[in-house]
Amino acid sequence: MSYKQGKFPIVEKRAIAKGMFDITICCPEIAKITQAGQFAQVAAKGFFLRRPISICQSDPERGTIRLVFEVRGNGTEKISGLNKGDCIDIIAPLGKGFTLKRGKRVVCVGGGIGNPPLLEVARFYGCKATMISGFRSAEVVLCTDDGSAGFHGFVTQPLEKLLQEKKTDVIYACGPMGMLKNIAMLAEKYNVKCEVSLEQRMACGIGACLVCACRTVKDSKEFMSHVCTDGPVFDSKEVVFDD
Amino acid sequence: MTKLNVNFCGLDFKNPIIPASGTFGYGREYEKFYSLSRLGGISVKGTTLNPRQGNPAPRVAETPSGMLNSVGLQNGGVDKFISYELPHLSKCDTRIIANIAGATAEECAEVAKKLNGQKVDMIELNISCPNVKQGGAAFGTNPCTAAEVTKAVRNATSIPLMVKLSPNVTDITEIAKAVEGAGADAVSLINTLLGMRIDINTGRPILKNNVGGLSGAAVFPIAVRMVWQVANAVKIPVCGMGGVCSGEDAIELMMAGATTVQVGAYNFQNPYACIDIIEQMEKWCKKHGVNDIKDIIGTVKPW
Ligand SMILES: Cc1cc2nc3c(=O)[nH]c(=O)nc-3n(C[C@H](O)[C@H](O)[C@H](O)COP(=O)(O)OP(=O)(O)OC[C@H]3O[C@@H](n4cnc5c(N)ncnc54)[C@H](O)[C@@H]3O)c2cc1C
Ligand SMILES: Cc1cc2nc3c(=O)[nH]c(=O)nc-3n(C[C@H](O)[C@H](O)[C@H](O)COP(=O)(O)O)c2cc1C
Ligand code: FES
Repeated sequence: MSYKQGKFPIVEKRAIAKGMFDITICCPEIAKITQAGQFAQVAAKGFFLRRPISICQSDPERGTIRLVFEVRGNGTEKISGLNKGDCIDIIAPLGKGFTLKRGKRVVCVGGGIGNPPLLEVARFYGCKATMISGFRSAEVVLCTDDGSAGFHGFVTQPLEKLLQEKKTDVIYACGPMGMLKNIAMLAEKYNVKCEVSLEQRMACGIGACLVCACRTVKDSKEFMSHVCTDGPVFDSKEVVFDD
Repeated sequence: MTKLNVNFCGLDFKNPIIPASGTFGYGREYEKFYSLSRLGGISVKGTTLNPRQGNPAPRVAETPSGMLNSVGLQNGGVDKFISYELPHLSKCDTRIIANIAGATAEECAEVAKKLNGQKVDMIELNISCPNVKQGGAAFGTNPCTAAEVTKAVRNATSIPLMVKLSPNVTDITEIAKAVEGAGADAVSLINTLLGMRIDINTGRPILKNNVGGLSGAAVFPIAVRMVWQVANAVKIPVCGMGGVCSGEDAIELMMAGATTVQVGAYNFQNPYACIDIIEQMEKWCKKHGVNDIKDIIGTVKPW
C-alpha cells in the first residue's frame, strides 16, 4: 500500500443536494494509484482529526479524484467551505478497496452517502451491474424510506427480489451499518459473495494508532481488524455485526 | 549548525524527538513518509506478555484541540514484537524504546526479561494501566505500587529503564520520586488524562469504553507544568510529552526540564510531525544563537 500527504488544488466543486458536495481534486500521483473503495483522510482547518471520505472516482488521465460528502457535523461543514482554487490537505489513497473481477454479474447496493463510492464499481462492470440506491428521501433513486420517490421500503426488498430472479455473483454494499447487516444476511441466505464498506471513527487512517477497530472472524476465530487498513471494504462473512 | 544531539541515560540520541508510544505503531506506516533514521528514537506501541485485543470501538472521540482514545493496549504480545517487529526496526539508525505494560508487577518483569539481549536501547514502563492485584487502580496512581513494579522490572533487566508517569494523580512528584528510588534511569510524562465525551443526541458516551485518555494540543500546558515539577523533584533525566505540535512546543518542554521529547497525537494530523518539529527546532536555535540544544534544558527562570 502506498499513500501520500499533500495540499492539492480543488478544480471543481458542485453542490449536488442540500448539504451534499462533490469536489474534484487535482493530485495526479494519487489518482494514478487509487482503487475503487479506497478513501482519503481530509484535514478540516481548526479540527484536531482528519475526516475519512471515500474516493468515489479517480481519473488517472486527468490526474483527478472526486470526493462526494455530506455535511454531518462541524468538520465536514468546514471542509464544505473550501472552493474551486483552494487547496485541500489530504492523505490518500488509503485502505483496501473492492475486489473487482471481469465477467461477473453484480449488484451494487448503496444507502445515502454510501452510493457515490459504488460508482466506480458499477462503471467497471458496466451492463453487468445493477444498482440499487436507497436514500432516506431524495430525487433520482429507486427507493426511499418515506416513499417520496421510487420504491417505498428498504433496499433489502428489491435486493432480495433480484437475488431470487437473477443469478448474482457478487454484492457490493456501502451505507449505514444496519443496512449492511441486513444485506450480509441476505448474501448468506442466497449464498452470494458480498463485500461491504464499513465506517468507523479514525485518527491516523494508516494503521498506526489502532483506534478504528472492528470485530471480524476468520476460520471461526474472532479478532479485531482495523477499518483503515484491513478495510474499509470487508468480505461480509468476516464482519461481526453488533446488535 | 546547531548540535541537536542529546545524552539521555548514557545513550546518545541524534536529536531529542521521539514519536510517542501508541501513536506510531512500530514505525512501518510512517516509514512511507520519511526515513525513521531521522528520528532521535522511536517509542513503540505498548507491548504486553500475551496478545491483547483491546476495547470495543468506537475508540476515539475528537475534543477541542485534541482527542480521547480507549484503544486498551491492543498488541500482538512481546514474542511477536521480538520476532516480527524488532528485526525490521533495528535496521533503522535510531534509538528503539520498547514500551511495556502488564496487569501485575510479575507480568511487567516477565516482558522485560524477554527483551534482555534484544536490540532494544531502552525500556519505557507504562504504569498507567490497571493493576489487577490491587483491585484495578493503576500502578501509577500510588507511590508504593509504582515503586514495586519499577523494582520488579529493574531486577529483571539491565536495559536502561524509563518509567512513564500518569498525570491522573494529585502529586506527580511523589510518584516520580518513588520510581527514582526504585531504580528507574529516567521518567517520561505525561501519559493521557482521563476524559469523557457524550453524544447529546443519543445520550450515549462516544467511546464504547465510556471514558478514555485525552491527548493532543489541549494537554500541553499540563505537560509543561508537570515536566517542570518533576524535573525539579528528581535527579534522573526527564522525557517530556503531551500536546507537542511544533518545534517551539518541544523547546518549551525542554526549557521546563525535558532532555528528550515525545510527539504523539499530532502525528495523526500531520504525518510529517516529527520531521517538521526537528526542522523547526533547528531553525529556532539558529535564530536565537543556540549552538547546542543541550544548553536550553531546564533553563526556565521561574518567578
Ligand atoms: C472509510 C470511510 C469512508 C467515508 N466516506 C464518506 C463519504 O464518501 N462521504 C461522506 O459524506 N461521509 C463519508 N464517511 C463518513 C465521514 O467520515 C463522517 O461523516 C465525518 O467524519 C463526520 O465529520 P464531522 O466533523 O462532520 O462530524 P462530527 O460528528 O463533528 O465529527 C466528530 C468526530 O467523529 C468522527 N465521525 C463522526 N461520524 C463519523 C462516521 N460516520 N464515520 C467516521 N467518523 C465519524 C469525525 O471524523 C470526527 O473525528 C466515511 C467514513 C469512513 C470511515
Ligand atoms: C491512540 C493512542 C494510543 C496510545 N497508546 C499508548 C501505549 O500503548 N502506551 C503508552 O505508554 N502510551 C500510549 N499513549 C499515550 C501517548 O504515548 C502519550 O503519552 C500521550 O498521547 C500524550 O502525548 P500527545 O499529546 O503528544 O499525544 C497513546 C496515545 C494515543 C493517542
Ligand atoms: S485510524 Fe489509526 S489505525 Fe485506523
